[in-house]
Amino acid sequence: MRWPGTILREAGILSMNQRNADFIMHHNARRLYPLVDDKLQTKALAQKAGIAVPELYGVVRTEHAIRELADTLGDKTSFVVKPAHGSGGNGILVVKDRRARGYIKASGSMMSDSELGHHISNILSGMFSLGGMPDQAMIEYCVQFDPIFENVAFQGVPDIRTIVFRGVPVASMVRLPTRSSDGKANLHQGAVGAGIELTSGITQDGVCQNARVSSHPDTGAPLAGIGIPGWDTLLLLAARCYDLARLGYLGVDVVLDRHHGPLVLELNARPGLSIQLANRRGLLPVLRAIEQQKTIPDTAEDRVALGLDLLARHTPA
Amino acid sequence: MRNLPVWIIAALLIAAGLSLTAYKARSLGLPLTPSTEAAVWTVEARAAFRARGGPVKATLLIPGQPPGFEQLDEDFISSGFGVSQEDSGLNRAALWAIRRANGTQALYYRVTVYESETRPATHTDPFPGYPQVPAYGESTQAAVNALLEEVRSESADIVTFARALIERMNREGSNPSVDSLRSGSNSPGAWAQWLVDVLAGARIPARVIWGLPLVDGTRDASLVPYIEVHNEQRWIPMSPLTGKTGLPDDFLVWRVGNDPLLAVDGGAQPDVRFSVARSQREIVSIARDRARNHGSLLLDYSLFALPVQTQNVYKVLLTVPLGAFLVVLLRNVVGVKTFGTFMPILIALAFRETKLLWGIILFSLIVALGLGLRFALERLKLLLVPRLASVLIIVIFLMLLVSLISHQLGMEKGLSIALFPMVILAMTIERMSLVWEEHGAGEATLQGCGSLLVAAAGFLVMSNPTLTHLVFVFPELLLVLLGGCLILGRYTGYRLSEFWRFRAVIAGKQL
Repeated sequence: MRWPGTILREAGILSMNQRNADFIMHHNARRLYPLVDDKLQTKALAQKAGIAVPELYGVVRTEHAIRELADTLGDKTSFVVKPAHGSGGNGILVVKDRRARGYIKASGSMMSDSELGHHISNILSGMFSLGGMPDQAMIEYCVQFDPIFENVAFQGVPDIRTIVFRGVPVASMVRLPTRSSDGKANLHQGAVGAGIELTSGITQDGVCQNARVSSHPDTGAPLAGIGIPGWDTLLLLAARCYDLARLGYLGVDVVLDRHHGPLVLELNARPGLSIQLANRRGLLPVLRAIEQQKTIPDTAEDRVALGLDLLARHTPA
Repeated sequence: MRNLPVWIIAALLIAAGLSLTAYKARSLGLPLTPSTEAAVWTVEARAAFRARGGPVKATLLIPGQPPGFEQLDEDFISSGFGVSQEDSGLNRAALWAIRRANGTQALYYRVTVYESETRPATHTDPFPGYPQVPAYGESTQAAVNALLEEVRSESADIVTFARALIERMNREGSNPSVDSLRSGSNSPGAWAQWLVDVLAGARIPARVIWGLPLVDGTRDASLVPYIEVHNEQRWIPMSPLTGKTGLPDDFLVWRVGNDPLLAVDGGAQPDVRFSVARSQREIVSIARDRARNHGSLLLDYSLFALPVQTQNVYKVLLTVPLGAFLVVLLRNVVGVKTFGTFMPILIALAFRETKLLWGIILFSLIVALGLGLRFALERLKLLLVPRLASVLIIVIFLMLLVSLISHQLGMEKGLSIALFPMVILAMTIERMSLVWEEHGAGEATLQGCGSLLVAAAGFLVMSNPTLTHLVFVFPELLLVLLGGCLILGRYTGYRLSEFWRFRAVIAGKQL
């Protein structure tokens, strides 16, 4: 029986303490956090840089404005309500359709006007935001996700999480909502994460609740073997997001929209560790290799190439 | 080496904390364990004499460095006399002087001492040299020579020689020549001096010392003679009656040699009486007096200088860092999930009053009831702050209810629930309900149990008598904790919980 820590170390698994102490603290300057913690700011930055994001329908800033929700929505029938400072997918409400008497949530259940208002009010009072600070509610375009993940997603919007270190993409996974994750794509809430082979953009087996799975727990469809269309563009998009906030250790969440192609949903300054399980690969070797690079190329294209090159060189035998 | 500055600062902090602690423990005698009381003796010497009406100068010998004892305090009490001290090396003397005095005068000297293991158990003054053989007179000389010859054949070194000599001298009727030596010494003091003289016949350095057996409640006692023999290395005390080596227990050596205890110039009938009282005192307060005697300011700036009420507050507050350190360990090394970072510590503080079992029962009860009502409130769709306030009010009502019911049932423990931090309870209920809704009952229960576990562990650490004693008496130990926190602040290894999280890697052994 070997000490489990030794096995993890040999596998190059990045630990929570090490992520915080060696990567987040050293590469993510505190003053840059507001850029990614406030999704409104992120969206504005992305738009300025010409990176595609879901369209913003409106922002609810005051309790009073909740009553004007109908005006804000106009004739939109589907939309997403998000806290601007939310974390871990908390407080995100997906409305698929509007009826005369209320809204239909992603799960299919009905929600009345006042229930939606209460949810927004909770967002405003800071219930879902980091540190409980008063917040703003964003109303934005509900992504019509690409049918490519139709068989492996249970409601909700699957997204593609890429870890970008110093602007170099190092690992990707597709996060697939499940029944227990309630349509959310966050792994700690029960979503499935399926690793993506970074050179080809083809999915692999995945992880759910920290256990390995090879098929989606709700739909039963196999996770591996799905080729993601426009993968090169997607990687490039993730690499470009580094220039938005210059956060060294960054998680980029991208959705594939049926009509608009890849859209950047949000940036994350504290991306989780489960991506290692999803990819069956520890992050540490490639992170260390990038850390030792004296210079990182300026263009996103070169950074993607560097990432693929380093990954190939540090692939465990 | 990114961590080098952290390691250096942490090492400095830990070294500073430990060395200050060691200094206070060794030099000032502060106790490392919570056994807090020691016997303290207060000895009072009453020096009385009859003054003749003119100027008077009275010299009373007082203890200098009594072996095995540490002096805490001394007082000279006299009306109208000027007092000064004199130190001759072996003895210390108190000098009282007055221009005119008539009739019976009483001067008091009071000293407080306690038995100290850090003090040498015997006198440490140097070897006095070999004494001259005294002139005994012709008949005595022969008896002494015979005795010394006899004892010399039965002994190996100075100590056994002296011992055998004293034993023989004390044995009545065994030998006519010894019997002849025994006569003539009618007081214990004279007997001890005579032994010293006989030992000088063998050129063994010896002297008479006078001490006071410490017995609680003694009044009108006088000093008892003892002898000390030097074996060329150190002074060895011996009983003049049995030859047994070592001082008796609770024996305070008052003076060395046969100089008069009280010498009075301009007076007559000097008389000294001793009284002894024993008291228990906290070692810490003894150490404080001692530090003052030694001129150390350290304890003046310690917690003991504060009013008792404030001390009691700090007694509790100083345990909080212990709990905080435990939280660091449990969260960053073990990986326990809790509600809020230091919430469990506040709960643990409340456990101090309720004790562990009742604390856990009451805490679980209030949180469970509050959670139920919180879910009922959820239907009302209240705004966040009013909802939090409502939960807070409900929590207080629940606490009141539990107190009332348990009082009616005669379970007084239930009353201590009033000490629970209600705001913390309300926040716990709120957070728990959010986790419950968003991550399911399993996660909420997990975090709830984690919090309770950390609180229970925190209580055990924070109420440990040795640890609480240590941080209170040696607050500089917090520097050690601080150093530990710095080191753990750069701990990048795996948490124990990550062994479970990444179990697939460990079980698969390959990726």
